[in-house]
Amino acid sequence: MSAQVMENFYKALELMGKGMLGIFVVILVITLVVVLLTKVGGVNKKASQME
Amino acid sequence: MEFLLSGIMSITWQQIVMYVIGGILIYLAICKDFEPALLMPMGFGAILVNLPMSGVLDQLMVSATGETIGEAHGIIQWLFEVGIEASEALPILLFIGIGAMIDFGPLLSNPKMFIFGAAAQFGIFFAIAAATLCGFDLQDAASIGIIGAADGPTSILVSQIFGSKYVGAIAVAAYSYMALVPIIQPLAIKLVTTKKERMIRMPYNPKSVSKTTRILFPIIVSIIAGLVAPMSVSLVGFLMFGNLLRECGCLTRLSETAQNELANLITLLLGITISFSMRAEQFVAVETVMIMCLGLVAFVMDSVGGVLFAKLMNLFLKEKINPMIGAAGISAFPMSARVIQKMAQKEDRQNHLLMHAVGANVSGQIASVVAGGIILYLVPMMM
Repeated sequence: MSAQVMENFYKALELMGKGMLGIFVVILVITLVVVLLTKVGGVNKKASQME
Repeated sequence: MEFLLSGIMSITWQQIVMYVIGGILIYLAICKDFEPALLMPMGFGAILVNLPMSGVLDQLMVSATGETIGEAHGIIQWLFEVGIEASEALPILLFIGIGAMIDFGPLLSNPKMFIFGAAAQFGIFFAIAAATLCGFDLQDAASIGIIGAADGPTSILVSQIFGSKYVGAIAVAAYSYMALVPIIQPLAIKLVTTKKERMIRMPYNPKSVSKTTRILFPIIVSIIAGLVAPMSVSLVGFLMFGNLLRECGCLTRLSETAQNELANLITLLLGITISFSMRAEQFVAVETVMIMCLGLVAFVMDSVGGVLFAKLMNLFLKEKINPMIGAAGISAFPMSARVIQKMAQKEDRQNHLLMHAVGANVSGQIASVVAGGIILYLVPMMM
């Protein structure tokens, strides 16, 4: 395989690492925010029920 | 009489191939119900744009002496230049309709399913690597790999922004394989799972989701995704805008318009507009066959990646996850969720995985547009 093809392949592997990491980071942050929102929503519901 | 035969005499063999391909797409759409809303217009448009000196493309009016006496603007070429080339408006506007159709409730009530949407984007990057080994440069490889997003507008958008000349083949591959998910996924899943694993049961205990959460979710997702991958703002932002129209509760008419009239209008135009990139000189090439193969690889590896991630998680979890849920993280909604439910019930009639699968499937919709945005951000930095 030509040097250019191998260079592109290595860049693609780098893109795979950074890309998957980026997607996981974004999704994990969104997940944490959703869990927090659900907990806060639950606390609010309890507070209004107690009133 | 010569002027009556000039059209027929100008047909090339490549154009005849495109008439056959157009016919096949129309057949698949009408008779096999393969994504008919896109494949039928694409098939018909492929025939229109490949007629010699077709009036749907820009044509120069030339006199007998060879002098240019005028120019006729073709409608399909105009739609492509304005709706896709200039601003990628058509796929982005379609996202408003898609966002308005999505109910994130099953995902918000079961947030651990989010992670599978991320894992099932693996096929995109696997296909990019494979495409580079086939000789494509990084931009074209990224345009091809994004077929694995299993999302037509994302595929069209990314390949158009990268200036890929394979937009037509990429769009045909993306929409064809989305329609073939019920065939591709079971085969891919059975390759990497055992019967015992496919029989794992998962109890469904959803948390309640408040209206506030449903309203804040699209706003927060847009901000987070936009800060990490600024190029994803148009994709994620418009998807979430559509969802906010749905969830806010005070814009019911706009939400219904987005889900119905807007989505239908743009879908109607998008397919026939994409056919501009199905002109014979661009489409009839070895690269088109390679792209179809790489697109299939992307879809298979999406499912494999999601399943293997679920199996990896099972190494650390007491309550095991059915690894098929990982495969539901692709963006082909709701087909993939139904495929997983059907496969689970085939192994064990009492095993109901639908809501878990729907959660993962919906997460895939978000993750696929995030993936598109990240690719748009990273690839130029690596060139």
